[in-house]
Amino acid sequence: MRRWTSVLRTPLGLAATTLSVAVLLLAVVAPILWTDDADAVDTGNILAGPSGDHWAGTDNLGRDIFYRTLVATRLSVELALSATVIAVVAGLVLGTAAFLLGRRPGRVVSAGINIAVAFPGILLALFFAVIFGVGATGAVFAIGLAGAPAFGRLTQTLVAGIASRDFVSAAQVAGVGRVRILFRHVLPNIAEPLVVNATISAGGALLAFAGLSFLGLGVQQPAYDWGRLLMDGVQSIYVNPAAAFAPGTAVLVAGLAFNLFGESVAKALGVGVVGGIPALPRVPEALEAEEVAGEVHHQHDDVVLDVRDLEVTFPGPQGPIRPVRGISFAVRRGEAVGIVGESGSGKSLTALAVSKLVGDPGRVDASRLELLGTDLRAADTRAQRQLLGTSLSMVFQDPMTSFNPTQRMGGQLAEVARHHQGLDRKAALGRAVDRLRSVRITEPEQRAHQYPHEFSGGMRQRAMIGMGLMGTPALIVADEPTTALDVTVQQQVLDLLAAIREAEDVALVLISHDVTVVGEVCDRVLVMYAGKIVEDLPASDLAAGARHPYTRALVAAVPDMDTDLDEPLAVIPGRPVDPADVPVGCAYAPRCPLATDRCRVEQPPLETDAAGRRVACWHAGEPVDVAIHDRAGSYEEVEVP
Amino acid sequence: MWVLVTASFLMIHLIPGDPVRAALGPTAPAALVAAKRDEMGLDDPILVQYWHYLQDLFTGDLGTSIVSQLPVSQIVSQRLPATLQLALLAFVVAVAVAVPVGVLMGVLTRRGHGRRTELAFTTTSVVLGIIPDFLIGVGLVYVFAVNLGWLPVAGNDTASAYVLPVLALAIGPAAILSRIIRVEMVTVLEADYVRTARAKRLPARTVYLKHALPNALTASLTLGGLILGSMVAGTVLVENVFAWPGLGSTIVSSILNKDYQVVQAIVIVYGATVLVVNTLVDVALALLDPRSMIRED
Amino acid sequence: MNDLRFEDVTVRFGQTTAVDGVSLTVPAGQVVGLVGESGSGKSTLARAAVGLAPMQGGRVLLDGAPVPTKGRNRPLQMVFQDPYSSLDPRMSIGESIAEAMPRGGSRAGRRTEVERLLELVHLDPTRSGARPSELSGGQRQRVALARALAGRPAVVIADEITSALDVSIQGAVLNLVRELQRELGLSMLFISHNLAVVRYVATHVAVMHHGRIVEEGPTAQVLAAPDHDYTRELLAAVPGNNQGSRTPR
Repeated sequence: MRRWTSVLRTPLGLAATTLSVAVLLLAVVAPILWTDDADAVDTGNILAGPSGDHWAGTDNLGRDIFYRTLVATRLSVELALSATVIAVVAGLVLGTAAFLLGRRPGRVVSAGINIAVAFPGILLALFFAVIFGVGATGAVFAIGLAGAPAFGRLTQTLVAGIASRDFVSAAQVAGVGRVRILFRHVLPNIAEPLVVNATISAGGALLAFAGLSFLGLGVQQPAYDWGRLLMDGVQSIYVNPAAAFAPGTAVLVAGLAFNLFGESVAKALGVGVVGGIPALPRVPEALEAEEVAGEVHHQHDDVVLDVRDLEVTFPGPQGPIRPVRGISFAVRRGEAVGIVGESGSGKSLTALAVSKLVGDPGRVDASRLELLGTDLRAADTRAQRQLLGTSLSMVFQDPMTSFNPTQRMGGQLAEVARHHQGLDRKAALGRAVDRLRSVRITEPEQRAHQYPHEFSGGMRQRAMIGMGLMGTPALIVADEPTTALDVTVQQQVLDLLAAIREAEDVALVLISHDVTVVGEVCDRVLVMYAGKIVEDLPASDLAAGARHPYTRALVAAVPDMDTDLDEPLAVIPGRPVDPADVPVGCAYAPRCPLATDRCRVEQPPLETDAAGRRVACWHAGEPVDVAIHDRAGSYEEVEVP
Repeated sequence: MWVLVTASFLMIHLIPGDPVRAALGPTAPAALVAAKRDEMGLDDPILVQYWHYLQDLFTGDLGTSIVSQLPVSQIVSQRLPATLQLALLAFVVAVAVAVPVGVLMGVLTRRGHGRRTELAFTTTSVVLGIIPDFLIGVGLVYVFAVNLGWLPVAGNDTASAYVLPVLALAIGPAAILSRIIRVEMVTVLEADYVRTARAKRLPARTVYLKHALPNALTASLTLGGLILGSMVAGTVLVENVFAWPGLGSTIVSSILNKDYQVVQAIVIVYGATVLVVNTLVDVALALLDPRSMIRED
Repeated sequence: MNDLRFEDVTVRFGQTTAVDGVSLTVPAGQVVGLVGESGSGKSTLARAAVGLAPMQGGRVLLDGAPVPTKGRNRPLQMVFQDPYSSLDPRMSIGESIAEAMPRGGSRAGRRTEVERLLELVHLDPTRSGARPSELSGGQRQRVALARALAGRPAVVIADEITSALDVSIQGAVLNLVRELQRELGLSMLFISHNLAVVRYVATHVAVMHHGRIVEEGPTAQVLAAPDHDYTRELLAAVPGNNQGSRTPR
């Protein structure tokens, strides 16, 4: 309900709602008040222009056009609404038929609907007007039935969308009948868009009716609606333009009101409006500790990537949201650093931020962000683009959607060399073929001429890596590069990344939710929780040497091929942190078995030990029984938002 | 096509009462009506009538107008070019306006940029898109012909007479189409492959024109086809506003005169045009999108 | 006893054969793990068993009789992969569970049964009025399990039930599956692409590749001494399983 009232908060929505209500009121009231004025014949005053007595002039019988326009509201609205009802009912029957009838008959119905939809409404209306005869009743059926296919298709699309959801399958498996599924599961879930569209089509019907009456095919004398008045008005447009102007405006206002009301509601029910991006105050207390950590790493000259106090902020409905809350790390030449965390931990945004790919309306702040010693916080210049384009390469999660589907593979790779290395078309394509070969794609010459959809998932991901090798990268940032791939293909891609790293001494930042993947490929692992690094440790320490309770729980919660089959798996109670609502103190405290009052109040700093490992926990390394059973009679709390 | 032809055949038979009686008027002598019915074969069994109808259609014989006694095929061929001219010109104008405007707006309003621009654009385009073409036509007549007297109101004799009808027909679809293109553009700019293009650090122009635009257009084309179809139909109303001597004004007067042979023929012609347009769009789509070509194999 | 037998099941979609003459037995009170990559046909096999995909050949038998795929009485129940799509957002979790219960019985009896089921999956029984949107992914998957149990099934099919969940929650759901299976003596077909997960839950394992079962047997035996090349390939690909073969710097 709150979403419905939010319609009134936009200027357009408010105006449309007010107008719609006014039109409906007028439809009820006008014929009661002004029928006599509208029908008063004044033969001494025929086809007069606008005057004090007759605001919009008079018609060929001397009747007042302004009043006639007002009185015509009821008939126009009535006819439009009846037509809409016909359209909606017929459309619902057509649209749900496919679902109720099952596969084959359903296909016939939807084919019929598709043919009818491709047919313009006005032609259908004319067609039906011929069958039903000229006149108001005929026109109502004509416009109603002409609107039915479009509404039917909408219903069908919506029904199909819901029907493909698992909860409908689940109900089917539970033995619930089709009709019952339609009324209990499907219709309630599509009611909102249907109502919105019915409103919009009421506006459409109003305008269409005016059109038919205007052609003389709708309302017949002596009855009159707006279209009829308009038709008469246009005939005398040279004598009295106001006679056409008044009903024209009425049609327009009413039609627009219904339409815009529907559109505003549709918009209000869709995505919420996002506000501006005020800068959040920086979080001071964590900075000092991380400052130290930064120094430690910056002692090496061979630092490829140096990040300090990185923050990413997005505007949210209830104020700014900061999914990345001040993290610092450095990556040395040839080093492989893994970033692990659950959804919402900020790991992917970190990857995008260091590659300058956080798009609007996101905001990236850092006290240092350097790639090969060049400050990336500086404005976008050609030189910076060239550096990023050749020295930093990205691998994204979903290889299926990460290539342009309308262009050939070779061209998409060659583009990099043409822009940043100034190669001509032929040389660039040659290099693209060479790179495809280097990522073990067979017959690269032929493959370069193919489109992305002709590549398998694993091949595309290798091609994506090959695209990153068009320049001479010092750093590869791979964001969940194997999550969308099958296990066997995943291994090939990981092996390829490892081989490239060996051969070219390239640094790698590998983002993953899978501790085992990161542990296998990387030298060092950063564990992120709620937008902060909670632990930074060598990959070899993951299994036994982790000190943060979250890291330890994460490792223990995932079964591997050596998991003890007689013990239950470790469980982390509660749920991951929502970036919009981060608790004070240590963000992990609500789920942590070691948490004390201090943890819930004071955020632990990320402290570095002698070996260069970092951990942010007041109880780092304390023994903990990681196999916390959730069986101890306690339920997971059911949270109410 | 068969559906269309059959539907228009059935149309005449679904009319309540006797079409001949309706056309000749209640005062016509019964003998004349009977003779006419016999001539048109209306007393044969319905399947026989259907067979004759199909035969005639294939030989290009669309029957004779009850009212004017002229062969219907002659009426249609006289009127069709004017309608096609109008629809095609309007379509060209609409596309020429909508594509650049839609792309520009898409780029300007991507990812929450330019909220005011977006609001202004969507409001304008929604309003322009909703106003039916005959109202735009009446408005244009009022402003440019009646008030200013710059352009002629009716007919298609001079080049300047084309301006208003074409505009009346093109404004609405141009608004709708540019809106669709903007939305597609905004969606495409969010796509993973556009992020890839940005990760390649290509100049903004290349990202927009080379990676985003072709994909936005293929998505818009399907709807664009529907719009062209509805423009062909929109000529019915616009022609009546501007007294354009095309099929649209003919069909209306024929319906009013109950000249059903003509109505039937024009419905078939309009329907066929819409079907042709939809087929052309499908073909264009297949040519533009490499994925659909593979599916054909 | 409740043993589920697939006999020569074939499912085709147009030209492509998704499941190609599969025969497989889920013995009473046992968990059979079905592994394979996406597109191998394992989910299609499950959907065919409960009547969501059309079978072109073969039979699915429960204790020797064909499994009913029409009507109210469904002894075969299924839990779906995505807990965000498998619960109707407009129904309370109690209603969703009650809908799957056999007809008849008093209103109070149904309510008691819903509470019993919620308790069984470790959710607070007093919250049966909650909407799915108020629950986390793990909690929703528990509700989905409770709904499957509400139909008093002889066999439950679990289709990738942990792959849409965050890693910290996966473990809890797997623990629950093992516990329910032991306490209720359920027969189960547990589908997953993750060998480590299957190893943890299943007593038997079947490996599916290109619509066929290429290997099956007791889990420990198949994992220790795989017969088929594809099984070996799968095993080698499990992350962390071949750590010794590469030397991290």
